[in-house]
Amino acid sequence: MSELASTREAYGKTLVELGGQYPHLVVLDADLSQSTMTHYFAKHFPDRFFNCGVAEQNMMGIAAGLASSGKIVFASTFAVFATARCFDQLRMSIAQPSLNVKVVATHGGLSVGADGFSHQAIEDVSLACSLPGFTVVVPADAAEAERVVRLAAETHGPFYIRLSRPVTPQVPHNGQGFVLGRATTLQDGSDVTIITNGLMVTRALAAAETLSGQGIECRVLNMATIKPMDEEAVRLAAKETGAIVTVEEHLQQGGMGSRVAQLVVEHHPVPMAFVTVRDVYTHSGTPDELLQEHGLTSSGIEKAVWTVLRKKRS
Amino acid sequence: MSDEKEISEQTGTSAVVNHAESSVMGFTDKDCPSLKELKKTAMTVRRHIINMIAEAESGHPGGSLSAVEIVSSLYFKVLRHRPLEPGWPDRDRFILSKGHAAPLLYAVLAESGYLPVEELATLRKFGSRLQGHTDSTRLPGVECSSGSLGQGLSFGIGVALAGRLNNKDYRVFVLMGGGECDEGQVWEAAMAAAHYGLDNLVGVIDHNELQIDGLNREIMNIEPLADKWRAFGWEVVEIDGHDFVQILDAFENAKQTKGQPTMVIARTVKGKGVSFMENRVEFHGKAPNRDQAAKALEELDREAKCLN
Ligand SMILES: Cc1ncc(C[n+]2csc(CCOP(=O)(O)OP(=O)(O)O)c2C)c(N)n1
Ligand SMILES: [Mg+2]
Repeated sequence: MSELASTREAYGKTLVELGGQYPHLVVLDADLSQSTMTHYFAKHFPDRFFNCGVAEQNMMGIAAGLASSGKIVFASTFAVFATARCFDQLRMSIAQPSLNVKVVATHGGLSVGADGFSHQAIEDVSLACSLPGFTVVVPADAAEAERVVRLAAETHGPFYIRLSRPVTPQVPHNGQGFVLGRATTLQDGSDVTIITNGLMVTRALAAAETLSGQGIECRVLNMATIKPMDEEAVRLAAKETGAIVTVEEHLQQGGMGSRVAQLVVEHHPVPMAFVTVRDVYTHSGTPDELLQEHGLTSSGIEKAVWTVLRKKRS
Repeated sequence: MSDEKEISEQTGTSAVVNHAESSVMGFTDKDCPSLKELKKTAMTVRRHIINMIAEAESGHPGGSLSAVEIVSSLYFKVLRHRPLEPGWPDRDRFILSKGHAAPLLYAVLAESGYLPVEELATLRKFGSRLQGHTDSTRLPGVECSSGSLGQGLSFGIGVALAGRLNNKDYRVFVLMGGGECDEGQVWEAAMAAAHYGLDNLVGVIDHNELQIDGLNREIMNIEPLADKWRAFGWEVVEIDGHDFVQILDAFENAKQTKGQPTMVIARTVKGKGVSFMENRVEFHGKAPNRDQAAKALEELDREAKCLN
């Protein structure tokens, strides 16, 4: 795996290029531009950047108004504040009229670390997915984040894009060819499918490698687009491998795994296991400590794989 | 948190500092530190803040240092409280709405006896009670979880209304940031507190003029701040937030004010006490490295010696 970069850094740099390409593109932030990386855009296009201060609800309303008047709007803050804080504004002002607002939220998941539960978004994907019309994407690395942000600018309609705080390695064979609504097969296998996204992709690949040494061949899907989900990839995973493990940096309820489960039940029921944050709030710690606590590690994934394999074989 | 539960949990520990016993205000001559002692305590609190954040390698020094005098005045002079009985139903409440100043609250709680001073070194670490932003479910003495700005004043209104309903004479203090006043909820609360005539509620704004992305007036202008609160029906006092006499006067004034809540607008310096952090926006949420921490402690020591 190659050099380290953060998905938020890729976002900030891509925004500058998009700003040159689309004269109608505007960017909003809520006093976190140094962290969400919209400050690059602010520097290049000060007239098209609006810092709304610490007022996320107002920001989403302003975003809606701008979008209704023909602008492509990118609105950024931390994932907790982007979703939980202004959920009704997302619902009323953006989702229902299906406006062209791209909510790009950074600091998703547990890997925010030491700031503690107030800053760790573990329900954001669930909230965003619950909004009719929203496209919800969780990129795994910088290349994919860049591609997703470009596609979001090109595609009309509301987006929720969840980015991460830490730097991550570039995942081989990921990113450049990303297509909205299509899972990326990172490796093929016939015993079990691991479906994951975001920062968990590298952990899933590590688990798959260990399992391969033990004679288990895993298919690994990067399900970056959670909504709309790649139904065909899920159906084939169920049919061809007969067991599925989902891995995500999110609460179990309403996240990527529960959406996969819905499709599996509809199309081809098979044993499943979910590597997620259980029904609890979290606390301060290093990203690794927190992920470890919730079994979001390669060994946690391996354990889940053995569990579904036992069920598949019995 | 239920008071009843806390009380039963705390049974047997109430033979402790009872600031409330012999005066209405809640402090006795014996307990009431002199101005010089308050200043010394402030220096100690500042040292703790630097040490804690440096040890954690993350945290928010700027907005912790700017409110040292305010929070120290409350805990060491104004609040009626029992450090070893944090759930005492008659305690005055302090609500930290700008939760990123958690290190300041922990330092003051430790100096008051709520927790061992050694525990401060666990700030932000896995398993610590000292969460990056305050978590009321983990550390007794923390009234309200925070970290998502703009919510503390509403919580304070609820606590103040409950005090009125329960015939309790406790008072409620809420500390907010200037940038925090960007949040709409602050102004919903501003309207409500005045509407209910909550004279048992006192807000303090640590008005250091900076938020994260820069100066308040460049990011989102909140001025004229005092006029706004007055227009919403509050008694407003404007003070120098590093001057103990002015701070204590303001709280005394709030106590005398009947029928309306009081907002203390405290002019402060972000990063106060450490030369290279003062008015520097980059120290909002950045830990000092080893050398910087050493330099900061040196400066604070020098300052403390001047007090002797
Ligand atoms: C709802 C919410 N939005 C954004 C943030 C991120 N944030 C933390 S501190 C801060 C700036 C606050 O400025 P101010 O209230 O002036 O704090 P101080 O200068 O006293 O540290 C921001 C935007 C947050 N914690 N909560
Ligand atoms: Mg400020």
